[in-house]
Amino acid sequence: MRAYVLRRLLGVVLVLLATSLLIFAIVHVLPGNVAYAILGEYATPAAVATLQQRLGLNDPLWLQYWHWLAGVLHGDMGQSLVMDRPAGPLILDALGRSAILAGSAFAIVAAGGIALGVHAATHQGRASDLVMTLAQFVFIAVPDFFWAILGVVVFASWLHLLPATGYAPPADGLLAWASHLLLPVVVLSIGLLAHVSRLTRAAMLEALRSRYVLMARAKGLSERRVLWRHAAPNAMLPTITILAIDFGLLIGGVVVVETVFAYPGLGRLLVFAIEHHDLPLLQAGMLVLTAIYALANLAADLGYAALNPRIRYGAAA
Amino acid sequence: MSLSVRLLGSRGGSPALLFGGGALAAIAIVAIIGIWYTPYNPTAFAVRLRFEAPSLAHPFGTDEFGRDVFSRVLAGAHLSLAIGFGAMLVSLALGVPLGLLAAFDRGWLGAAIMRAADLMISLPPILLGLLILAVTPPSTGKTIIAVGLVYVPILVRLSRAVALGLLEEDFVQAARARGEGAASILGREILPNAWPPIIVECGLRVTFAILLGASLSFLGLGPQPPSSEWGLMIAESREFLDQAPWVGLAPGLCLCALLVAVNVAGEGLRARLDPSHA
Repeated sequence: MRAYVLRRLLGVVLVLLATSLLIFAIVHVLPGNVAYAILGEYATPAAVATLQQRLGLNDPLWLQYWHWLAGVLHGDMGQSLVMDRPAGPLILDALGRSAILAGSAFAIVAAGGIALGVHAATHQGRASDLVMTLAQFVFIAVPDFFWAILGVVVFASWLHLLPATGYAPPADGLLAWASHLLLPVVVLSIGLLAHVSRLTRAAMLEALRSRYVLMARAKGLSERRVLWRHAAPNAMLPTITILAIDFGLLIGGVVVVETVFAYPGLGRLLVFAIEHHDLPLLQAGMLVLTAIYALANLAADLGYAALNPRIRYGAAA
Repeated sequence: MSLSVRLLGSRGGSPALLFGGGALAAIAIVAIIGIWYTPYNPTAFAVRLRFEAPSLAHPFGTDEFGRDVFSRVLAGAHLSLAIGFGAMLVSLALGVPLGLLAAFDRGWLGAAIMRAADLMISLPPILLGLLILAVTPPSTGKTIIAVGLVYVPILVRLSRAVALGLLEEDFVQAARARGEGAASILGREILPNAWPPIIVECGLRVTFAILLGASLSFLGLGPQPPSSEWGLMIAESREFLDQAPWVGLAPGLCLCALLVAVNVAGEGLRARLDPSHA
């Protein structure tokens, strides 16, 4: 198991190295002059030349990449062009707020999705299962930005219960802080909750039909024990994979939801960087997001291995 | 088998396919009509008619420039469809040949394709789109390509896995024994037998492709104003939600209807073509 973890960690490092190259290549090789992109199409040639000098754009590409990578490895994520501040602290600051948003949503999705899925599977064909199946079909299909707008219209404009957009630091009072978080978290969770519970239901149904569950029942074990000790752990394996995939969708959701709610997180920072052609900030933000995604996938694989005693990765290698 | 399951098609095949496919076809026909005909000009300003509530003359009301929202929704319908299905075509056109090649070539080429797919899959889906759209001015075509690229590695892996299974079959061995070349084996023997799981996968992915496309254009990284792509319309309606919620609700509900139809059709297709899920 330890060898497996080390091997996977090495894999994450390689992936990050390769993605850093990919991000750099797309940003720098795609048609379009970076300096013009920053200064706008009416920039004077002198201004462009000065900026190119300042950004080191006259160096060969491999040297530019090397400077960037060396900087990142030393903890220097580059300089935001628009805000004229180091990108690292900006990203770290935004990342903290995004983590609260995404973390709460993910906890709701994981716990709620599994609970609802197991409930639906054990009540197959009954009213609650029927309602959930219908609801899941609708919820999977509704884009999160549309939920966001519905939420704002109903809870902010009509009922005046919650703030429409923005963010309040915890120092302003926990209630204000939580009320700004509530709508974004719900909007982020709702589609993924439908997705996870639906697939957990399918996995659970399959486990309940298996012979080991039949065996456990034949042994006279209590239904609760059959469910949670025999069926559920096996049904969790596909669910973990789904959770890992949904983590990628969650990142997409974070970008959209933060933009809608004007929530100052990493997603909004990325969109800001794109809108203002702040390429260093964009590169750094994307690299950080990719790293988080890679670590989440690693965590999913390790969870999978831990839950599944049949998988002896270390022995197989 | 419960009624809900039968209706929604995770078990029974045809009703879901019929219902979802029918709804999808109806939306597609309306979208095609909307390219040429709308009751009002979707981009003409009529300042005196700003924010008219829905009425008989304007079923979805009017927006901040007095444009008829119903006409705009009609005119934009083909864009949402084109982004979703166009992206799927892009990923099919790139992913399937690469996957088949990776299955056939056990040397460095196959390995290189699979490592590239691993790398692409290790990027969060929206980032790949953002990355491509960030550096160059956004347009509908680029959104299609950006969304399509996201699903290429998934199709590479899937078609490789399917092809690897088929390569062991007798009829492929027979083709090899006849001395047929790689192109002939892949195109004439493997591909015709590999398509059912690939089509099923595509059917289920289209929902996400449409969602991702709409999200990108909601962020301003898709079709540009005065186009009336639905994600873009919803984004533009945000400022006026208090006064005129219908401007955003109309395209939003249409997008939901489209996504439900695609989702139901995709599930129906799976129930029909993939008996292991029946």
